[in-house]
This record gives sequence, C-alpha cells and structure tokens, in this order.
Amino acid sequence: MQNPEYSKTFDVIIIGGGATGAGIARDCSRRGLKAILLERKDIATGATGRNHGLLHSGARYAVTDKESAEECITENKILKNIASHCIEKTDGLFVTLPEDDLSYQARFVKACNEAEIETEIIDPEEAILLEPSVHPDITGAVRVPDGSIDPFRLTVSNILDATEHGAVILTYHEVTGLIQEQARVTGVKVYDHQTKENHSIYGSVIVNAGGIWGQHISTFAGITINMLPAKGALLIFGHRVNNMVLNRCRKPADADILVPGDTISLIGTTSSNIPYDQIDNMMVTPQEVDVLIREGEKLVPSLAYTRILRAYAGVRPLVAADNDPTGRNVSRGIVLLDHAERDGLEGYITITGGKLMTYRLMAEWATDLICKKLNINAVCTTAGEKLPGSRASAEEINEKIISIPATQRQSAIYRHGDRAGKLAENTQTENSLVCECEEVSVGEVKYALKELNVKKLVDLRRRTRVGMGTCQGELCACRASGLMGSSGIYCTKRAKEDLSAFLNERWKGIYPVAWGDTLRECEYTSWVYESVCGLKPNQD
Amino acid sequence: MQLQQYAINKDNFEQCIKCTICTVYCPVAAANPDYPGPKQAGPDGERLRLKKANFYDEALKYCINCKRCEVACPSNVRIGDIIQTARIKYSKKKPALRDFILSHTDLVGTLATPFAPLVNTFLDIKPVKKALDRTLKIDHRRSFPGYSSQTFESWYKKQAAEQLQYKTQVSYFHGCYTNYNYPQLGKDLVKVMNACGVGVHLLTKEKCCGVALISNGFLKQAKKQAEVNMHSIRKSVLEDNRPVIATSSSCIFTIRDEYPHLLDIKNSDVRDQVELATRYLYRLFREKGNNLQYNDKKLKVAYHTPCHMEKLGWSYYSMELLRMIPGIELKILSSQCCGIAGTYGFKKENYTTSQEIGSSLFETIEKDDFDYVVTDCETCKWQIEMSTSRKCEHPVSILAKVLK
Repeated sequence: MQNPEYSKTFDVIIIGGGATGAGIARDCSRRGLKAILLERKDIATGATGRNHGLLHSGARYAVTDKESAEECITENKILKNIASHCIEKTDGLFVTLPEDDLSYQARFVKACNEAEIETEIIDPEEAILLEPSVHPDITGAVRVPDGSIDPFRLTVSNILDATEHGAVILTYHEVTGLIQEQARVTGVKVYDHQTKENHSIYGSVIVNAGGIWGQHISTFAGITINMLPAKGALLIFGHRVNNMVLNRCRKPADADILVPGDTISLIGTTSSNIPYDQIDNMMVTPQEVDVLIREGEKLVPSLAYTRILRAYAGVRPLVAADNDPTGRNVSRGIVLLDHAERDGLEGYITITGGKLMTYRLMAEWATDLICKKLNINAVCTTAGEKLPGSRASAEEINEKIISIPATQRQSAIYRHGDRAGKLAENTQTENSLVCECEEVSVGEVKYALKELNVKKLVDLRRRTRVGMGTCQGELCACRASGLMGSSGIYCTKRAKEDLSAFLNERWKGIYPVAWGDTLRECEYTSWVYESVCGLKPNQD
Repeated sequence: MQLQQYAINKDNFEQCIKCTICTVYCPVAAANPDYPGPKQAGPDGERLRLKKANFYDEALKYCINCKRCEVACPSNVRIGDIIQTARIKYSKKKPALRDFILSHTDLVGTLATPFAPLVNTFLDIKPVKKALDRTLKIDHRRSFPGYSSQTFESWYKKQAAEQLQYKTQVSYFHGCYTNYNYPQLGKDLVKVMNACGVGVHLLTKEKCCGVALISNGFLKQAKKQAEVNMHSIRKSVLEDNRPVIATSSSCIFTIRDEYPHLLDIKNSDVRDQVELATRYLYRLFREKGNNLQYNDKKLKVAYHTPCHMEKLGWSYYSMELLRMIPGIELKILSSQCCGIAGTYGFKKENYTTSQEIGSSLFETIEKDDFDYVVTDCETCKWQIEMSTSRKCEHPVSILAKVLK
C-alpha cells in the first residue's frame, strides 16, 4: 500500500531523527509548518543515543569554552522545566584527586561564575557523605547543577509533540538523493528499508540534521562539509554506583565522568579521531575498555569490581571551521549553514555541531531560518511549553494509577511521565511483566507499540528499556517479540529474524566486556535461545 | 591488561543471571500471586531500589524467609538476605502490637509461665480466638503452643550439679520453645547426652535468638539479644571449652548466619563450635560408635526437612542419626516448606497462604500410618500437629523414647 504521505508537499523536510531533528520537527509543527522527518534507522540511533546522558550544567566547558558553558546552563534550566520526566536533578560534583592539582579548582570556580553557573565548594568529607561511592582520598569538591537526561525519552517526547501538532515521522527511511531544480533543492529521494521501495518527497526547505552523516548527505548536492569524526567509548555498569554525577576537576580528559542514568551508571569517554569511512563501525577496543576501567577506578574505587553490562561508542559530530584550509580546526558550538549564502543553493540548510544539551536551541535557530525563508512570522514556544510526559508531577500521576503494583507503577511513571496514565488497563495480563529487570509490563509494551512508532525490537528498547537490564534480552526479548507479532507489526518469520538480530545487537555491546557474570549470563542466554528454542543466528 | 582482576563484587545480587530457579522453588510465589517472587523481590528489585527508595514494594512482607531460594540458586546469590535487608531498610509499615506480642517470645513466655494452665485454656476458647482474630489479627483457626508451668531452666537448676560428673561437656542453647512451652525436649536432650557420656550446661545468659524479632522488624531488640547471646557463647566456647549445641534449627541458623548477614554481628571466631544436637550426636556416633542401650520399641517415623535445615544443609545429620537407631523405620518426606514460617502463619492475612503452602505435605503425612513425624523445628511441629492427625517430635525426643 502506498503511504499517502509520499504524495503530499511539505513546508519542511527534516533529514535525521536525532534529538536535533526531533526538536526541529517539534518546533516547526508548533509554528504551524507542515513538516516531515526522515530517519534512515530509528530515532536517537546516532550520537543522540550514544553519549553519557549527562545534563551538563556547563561546568565542564567553563574553563575551555565559555560560549558552550553559557549555552549549557541556559538550556539546562529550560530542559529541567520542559522535559522534567526525562531528567533527574542529581547535581554533580567536580572532585580533585590526590594526583590532580588543587589549584585548578579556583580557576574552575571563577570560570563557572563568569558563565553564571552556580557552584558551591564543599568539604571533601561532606562530599563523601553526599556521594559515598567517590574515592575517599579526594582533596576537594565543587557542587554544580549537573544532572542526568535520558536521550531516548527526550527524543521520543519531541517526536510525540511534533506528531500531535501534525508532523509526519518516517523511520527506516534513508535519504538517497537530493532533488535539485536549477539552484534549488526541492525534495529528497528516499528508500524505505521496510518495504524496500524508493520514493520522492517534495518540500520547500530541506534541513540536513544528519549529524556526522550530514557530510555524506550534502555530497548529494555537491556540497562539502568537513566533519571531524571523534569516537568516544563508554561503559555501562550493572547498577547505580553513584547518585550524583561525578567529574574530575581538571582539564577535560579521558574517562573522567561517571553519570547515574536510570538503573545504571556510565563511565566515559575516550576520544580518538577516526576516518570518515569508519563512522558506522563502532566496535569498542580492548584498549578503550582498559582506559575506561583504569581511569574510572580512580574516581570511584568500586568500579574495579562492579559488573559491566556493555560497552558502546558514539561519534561526536565535530565540524571543521569553514575558514580553515587544513580542516583540522574544530568549529566550536552550534553550526547553522544556509547553503543559499554559503554555496548558492536555495532550499537547503544544515544544522550541526552542538551537543545533546543544546538540541533545542539548535532546533530554534534552524526553525527561525526556515521561517525566514518561508516568510512566516511565528514565535518559538519550545523553551516554555512542556513536553508530553512532563505536564504533571510524579505525585499527581501516581495518584491516578495507584492500583498498579508499586514497582511497575514507579517504573512507568519514571519512563513515561504523565503518559503513564495511558498505558494501563490494570488487568492481570496487562500487569504481567515482559522485562523483569526494568519492570516493563505487557501494558507498557502495548502502549509503546500503539503510540510510539515501533518497527523493531530495538525501537521498543529505546522507548521502554526492554532488554536494557542486566539480562540483556534473556527473558524479555522473546516475550516482547511475541507481543509485536500478535499486534500485527510483523509475521512469525520476521519476528524470528528480528529476535535474532536483537540478541546479536545485544551481544555486540557485551562482547568487549564479556567476562565474569556478564559472560556467564550470555552463555545462559545463548543456551536458552539457540539450544532450547532452536533460534538460528542471522546469516547477515 | 588487567581488566577487573578482582571482579568479586560486594554487591552479591550482580551474580544473578536471571535463571529464575529461585522463583520456581519459592513456596510463597506458588501460593500467593501478590508476592513477586524471590528473583524480582531480591536481585531485580535491589537494582531498582538502588536507583530510588520508592521502588520498594511492600509486597516483600510476604517473604517467609525460608531461604529455599538461596539453596536453589546456582549463582550463590544471597536472595533471602537481600529481601530481608530491603524490608528492614525501606519498609514504612511499623510493626503492629500483634507483631510485638508474637515476636517477643522471651517476654511473653516469662509472663505466661506462672499462669500456664489458665493461659492455655484461655487461648483455646473459641470466643477468645475470635476476639484475638478481630483485635490483633491473629488467625482464629490457628492453635497456640501450650505454655508449661515450669520452665526448662528452673527444672535444669536441680540437675546442674549432677552434670559436672561427665568428662565431656557441652552448653545447650535451649531456645524459647523448650524453655516456656516444651521442657520435655530439653529433658530428652539431657537424657540422651548423659547416656552418651556428655554433661549438659546452660549458657551464662540466654536470650531468644531473635529470629522472630528480625522477621517482624524489631532490629534493635534483636541486636541487643544477639549481643548477649554471643557474649555467653564466646565464654562457653573460648573460656570453658564447651561447644554450644541446640535442638532448634531456626535458633542455630539465626545465630550462625543471620547474625553476621542481617544484624552485622560477627561470629566467625566461634561459629564452627555452634551446631545442632543431631549433628553433634551423628559425629559422636561416627567416631565412637553407637554404644547406647536401646529398648525394643518399634517406631515408624517420617522425617520432615524444615526450611532452615535445608539452608544449613544439615538435615542429612538428623536423618542419618535416625537411621543409626535400631527399631526405627524411617521414611524421608520430600523437602518442602510446611507453610508456617515462625510467626508468619499466625497472622490473619497469611493463614490461607500458609495452609496452601503446606497442603501437599499434610496429604503425604496422612496417607501413611506413621507413629511420629520427626523434625528439628518447633514451628514445623506446631503446623504439622495442627494440620494433620499425627504427633510431631524432635529427633532427640525419638532417641530418648527408644533408650533403655
């Protein structure tokens, strides 16, 4: 069946379903523009979903990059208001270890103050009381308003708001070409990975929000943007080791941030420049794992014996400065390119650089430019209007769904905020668990399948945390896949393929840290699926 | 590379690989759908509770602390301890007056002893049971163990001097049940030990081991009593050179394992010298031979393995001891929870679950013509005697019955 959306003409075509793309879709649709978002995989699969999930206060950039620091603290305050259900206000500590120079602290605090980031120098002993996991020999600590943010939830909420304001979101749609008429881009060629069909979609302004992949997309129009891919690896620990974000109070370096995110803690990152043709190859090397553990232990000694769930890596979408012929110098902050001005090509803009923290601001800048091009006077409302899920307090939502079993109820509220009220029929079947590690119920899965645009098991994982717990799919993957089958998302054959692909994707992240209990659990999983259930590994 | 060379985590729950065998072996999960089962309540729940305390689920109160999950676990996760610790740390429900009465066995025993016949008759009257059910929520269908008008301790006082004549000496941790309700068990123990040439002493000071206090949330009191007990045990073992034996499997389990795990009271210096009477006797028979003089009584008995015996791994000693006695025909009942779990089964809200857990055990017992059901745990005894037509005795009492 032909998707009716293909034949429409849009005001805006957004390429890329990361936080920025989702933010632009939200902003455009709220300003009354007809927007369509095209994503080659699922939402938040690029750099958006492959970072610390750190809600920066800006303190990390205060000394080296004041502009970024100021942007961060402004957006930090905005996001705490509009995306409260995606955020935990944990606060953060910048601690000085015996090997670090304590005099850096004064410089750090001064720089934070200049960027208007609140700081509080606290006694090391008090810091240890606040965050008992931290190394007991710290010589200094500064408290800042860092926090943690769930990038998947954030992107989903932006998409939800966009959809509810009329935007069209097509995932698994890869842009394969830009349609040009004279000096103007008028549309895109797109390949639907699900139906394996090619289509053309037309629009007035085409926004390249492809992040690191934006360089490739621009080549379709003969435009050169030089990205400098920098790979960063992270480790996920099996449970929450710390409840406050921990940073080293020194010049930013490898593996010096430990973030508590949902049920786990994350240490990162490494940094290594990689060739552009390697941006889709995100295997974490033993050397990276080694650095992360070795440096992580210095910050929090218990990391030496805490179980590691997975390792993963992402690519920072750094952009080479336009005025630098060597292409080695990085443009700081947000880069918004109007290709009409830069390259004489109308109807095409690129928004890149920036950070997860500034996704909303990037979307605002891009949408301002789009409106200017379309001659529309509409004001941005994304800084004030709360995202779906953040429109009621946890207590209010709790009251509404009080009859659901306690742990499940808290988990649902944590993940879906005020939308948690939508997922419960509160029957015994709906309340039975799909994912036991993360307390995802049948009702929650059904809600996600119905309302959150799920095509594959991995998509469900990003929306509900199915498979993100310590069992990494051992118990939940087959149940979830069964529910997807019975909801008519796919047939049995596709379900088996998807199940196999999902488990292999889980293994990819486990492989670099496959020892101890993590390996034991993997062996068990493979025994269950391959030996007992007879699931065949995928050929590809 | 030296990646996580010493990856032995203090957070024992991380060893869980989600095989779920614990939930299969959980007697409560099978009988009560409101209980999430040990895997979810234990390792899974612990991860969530570390995220935020409000992920604690009050349904953890349904755990009977039988530790069968720990016995079943192939990954050595201390599931039962995780659940008990979580209850202690996070539960907002304050223990009720009923829980106080049920768990302060020492205090209640001392008060009841002088009026034992009165108390026993009174507690057996239907309207009284109904009243207790309504006011305290102690289930009216439950029968109480009777109180004795003379405590074991006061009986023992007259025997103390005589015990000194034996070359080998042990200290006996009699527990509340033997002291207040069933001194006969203590008398049987003295008889058997003396027959083996062993003199029996009491500890300088013995308090209730605290098992009921722990499960009802009276941690401070439990700790206080544990310290008194540890002090007496240390004196007996380290100064007087007398190992400590007990007849109650729950007392011994609590002193050996719950003290260090739940109450944070160290016992490693004397732990090996604290054991069950049946294990002591089994080893004695093994080393020196079974030279006791027996009468010609023939008894057909069935051994029931209490949960805490299963956890200790010691039911073997009781069974083998019974096998060493001529005239005893022993049948081993398959190891399962009888459902009472100490004070748990007394509570109105748990009565149905409690009886359902034990139902298949009761059926098996009724099917055969046993003279006695034998078990090392006093609360199992109450449950079996209340729920079947058979008498239930401790292995030591059985031994005493067949001695000349």
